[in-house]
Amino acid sequence: MAAGSVPQIYTHSSAADLIVTTADGLYCPAGAFHIDPWRPVQRAVITHAHGDHLYPGCGEYLTSAAGAALAARRLPPDTIVNALAYGEVRDFGATQVSLHPAGHVLGSSQVRIEHQGAVWVVSGDYKRDPDPTCAPFEPVACDVFISEATFALPAYRWPSSAAVAAEIHEWWRGNRARGTASVLFAYALGKAQRVLAELTSLTEEAVYVHGAVASLTDIYRKEGVTMLPTLPVAEAPAAHYSGALIIAPPSAAGSTWMRRFGDCSTGFCSGWMRVRGDRRRRGYDRGFVLSDHADWPSLLRTIRDSGARRILLTHGHGDTLSRYLCEQGADAAVMHTEYGAEE
Amino acid sequence: MQRFAALFESLDTTNATSAKVEVMAEYFRSAPAADAAWAVYVLMGRRVKRSVGQSLLHTWLIEEAGLPAWLVDETYGSVGDLAETIALLVAADVPGTQAPECGLGADLAFSRWFTERILPLADLDPAAKRAQVTGWWRQLGYRECFLVNKLLTGALRVGVSRSLVTRALAAVFDQPRIQIERGLIGEWQPSADFWQALARNEGSRHVSHPYPFFLASPLEGPAAGLGAREQWLAEWKWDGIRGQIVRRRGECTLWSRGEEIITARFPEITTAASFLPDGAVIDGEVVAWKEDRVLPFAHLQQRIGRLKLTAKILQDIPARFIAYDLLELGGEDIRPQPLRHRRRELAVILEQLSGQIIQLSPQIPEVSWQDLAAQRQQARARGVEGIMLKNWESHYGTGRQRGSWWKWKIDPFVFDGVLLYAAPGNGRRSNLYTDYTFGVWSGDTLVPVAKAYSGLNAEEIQELDRWIRAHTREKFGIVRSVESHYVFELAYEGIAKSTRHKSGVALRFPRILRWRKDKAAGEADQLADLQRVLAEQRV
Repeated sequence: MAAGSVPQIYTHSSAADLIVTTADGLYCPAGAFHIDPWRPVQRAVITHAHGDHLYPGCGEYLTSAAGAALAARRLPPDTIVNALAYGEVRDFGATQVSLHPAGHVLGSSQVRIEHQGAVWVVSGDYKRDPDPTCAPFEPVACDVFISEATFALPAYRWPSSAAVAAEIHEWWRGNRARGTASVLFAYALGKAQRVLAELTSLTEEAVYVHGAVASLTDIYRKEGVTMLPTLPVAEAPAAHYSGALIIAPPSAAGSTWMRRFGDCSTGFCSGWMRVRGDRRRRGYDRGFVLSDHADWPSLLRTIRDSGARRILLTHGHGDTLSRYLCEQGADAAVMHTEYGAEE
Repeated sequence: MQRFAALFESLDTTNATSAKVEVMAEYFRSAPAADAAWAVYVLMGRRVKRSVGQSLLHTWLIEEAGLPAWLVDETYGSVGDLAETIALLVAADVPGTQAPECGLGADLAFSRWFTERILPLADLDPAAKRAQVTGWWRQLGYRECFLVNKLLTGALRVGVSRSLVTRALAAVFDQPRIQIERGLIGEWQPSADFWQALARNEGSRHVSHPYPFFLASPLEGPAAGLGAREQWLAEWKWDGIRGQIVRRRGECTLWSRGEEIITARFPEITTAASFLPDGAVIDGEVVAWKEDRVLPFAHLQQRIGRLKLTAKILQDIPARFIAYDLLELGGEDIRPQPLRHRRRELAVILEQLSGQIIQLSPQIPEVSWQDLAAQRQQARARGVEGIMLKNWESHYGTGRQRGSWWKWKIDPFVFDGVLLYAAPGNGRRSNLYTDYTFGVWSGDTLVPVAKAYSGLNAEEIQELDRWIRAHTREKFGIVRSVESHYVFELAYEGIAKSTRHKSGVALRFPRILRWRKDKAAGEADQLADLQRVLAEQRV
């Protein structure tokens, strides 16, 4: 084992930067707006509607047109949510801001900011794998690229989502043959709908969904996403669910809500399921490697595609990726944020 | 191989023991005999002689991965398991990589993987070994690549106990589990012949074949709860190696509880045993014994560690066998008879031996539970671990069956240590920091004294893992040194002088009792405190 391989933590700071980190989150001084702040601010540009990127209580929000309904659903009533079509430009102060598809979940965006000829792009969360529930990631040329790094280790490489969907389907069939229910845990926003859409090529059967999944799935349907028909989970004897597939958020695992399914098999969809220790420790019967984030090759490819001369890395294994990029001759550094690594 | 890999995956992805037994039984029924025998061997935790070490695999991985060495190690540190890191980085089906032309051909039977590939590795020179093994990595998928690495380097941990394997075999062969146990004890070579012998209830029929050991359960409530004192035999719980002397057809064999033959390591015991009548099997404890008292376990360990026994070590650390029980007499299995009877017969045959190398385990005479409890308090001074309580009517069972044999141990020693280092665990814990090293104060520095792997609950493990990641001082490969902050109360069973450890002491069976968040690092124990315990113990 090579000793002394201590990764250096590169810190990011320069007063001339177009985007800086503050106690409230990423901030653009020239345009006077925040991006995905983690405290209430006056004006927030939102990359997508996951909880760690959409903090309630801001004066006004700007999000993509495709993601506006989701954001509105997750924010208190009367919140001001402004929508911008992908590619449309809006002026904020001396900056021009536009949103571009990030391929993470429905309505997810990269934020492009131009100021006096310099272009910065904040990726938000993104992936490069095809996803029938949202617009595909669109490379945007820039000078400085701020990228997520959730899965920035070479161990994380995703199998094709069609193969994973087939695995889920096979698991469901196997449980049905034994007369038990299959409870699949998946994030209520994005992952659950992606599973429902991926499964359409294998079956036409209806799937039961937890209440938290149901309301968001309705929004996806209204936005024109094709998915399997869904049924609400109601009070019913365990026999009613025998052989059924149920999709629920991970928070439902181990709760009394689960009792109604009796003896069931459980599965979890996440990029973390790539590693056996994580699969076994979480206590689910099955782990399915299905992620809405970029894997190691996709991160490298996207950073290369951006053409950026400087790379800043946010949450996850940012220190690892920045060291690797620096060794490859790039100018890369870590930018500290409070975004989560949950998936 | 693919079939066994599928079995492994089924076992790895279920938490229900009944389902595990079911999938194993299914495999045993359908697999070719030789494969089934190898599967039993591997699932029971046995391993073939290692022909490639972890450090070689690690070196080859760095050469093969096409990544900087530090990044491979960073990944290894996060994944926590070398066999899996290899599978994730270089297996044929790593997404996005081009699988080379498959030279391995069609799937090879599990048994032939051993006989034709893994075992012959031992005869290859290093370059040829490297070519073979890295060739397998490139041509196997994630699942098989992971498995082959595990088989190369040692134990395959898949949450299956020996007893689960025997349950599955009992179902397949429609035999009682105790017969299966007998067929699997001791040394045997996996093969189709062995499998068929096991099926015919012949199994490993070594002339020196031992019986499965009967184990006591820890006594948790008060001893008085066991009923009348006179129904119970009380004897000391000796601190040595549990063993069985098998005397048959003019031969003597000494077995350890780990089912290893240790005859050659204890020539004085074997010599004494050669005077036993033929067709006798005695259960007992090998201890180090000098000047009329038992020596601490650490002395016995020195004896076991020596490959060559010199006259000096035989003189410095003499061994004895303290006999607990008689399992076979005149070639007849007497385990179903009551302990009262077996012990009487044991006393009779031991009386015929001269010398005291093999001696009857003394009975503790105290007639009331209260007096017995007082005796237990004296256990440490006698150099024993506590008291054993065995029902006089009990037969000699298999494994750990609660009810008739209890161990009533003395309370362990305790100390407060500071967390110094952490490394990832294995299996279920492979990407969590769960292997901890603790230190105590020597002046104003902390010296490591104990490693512990158990004692925290799942939530504490998670919390500590997060803290470790956020408060790492340095990384040495997969080991991290952390800030000196958290104090833990640890228990241990004994202490010995050590020249191998910087602290000069070695603790026996340390484990975590409590996370002492109420204590600051400065309040942890001093090395001098441990040295005092050591000094007291040697008096």
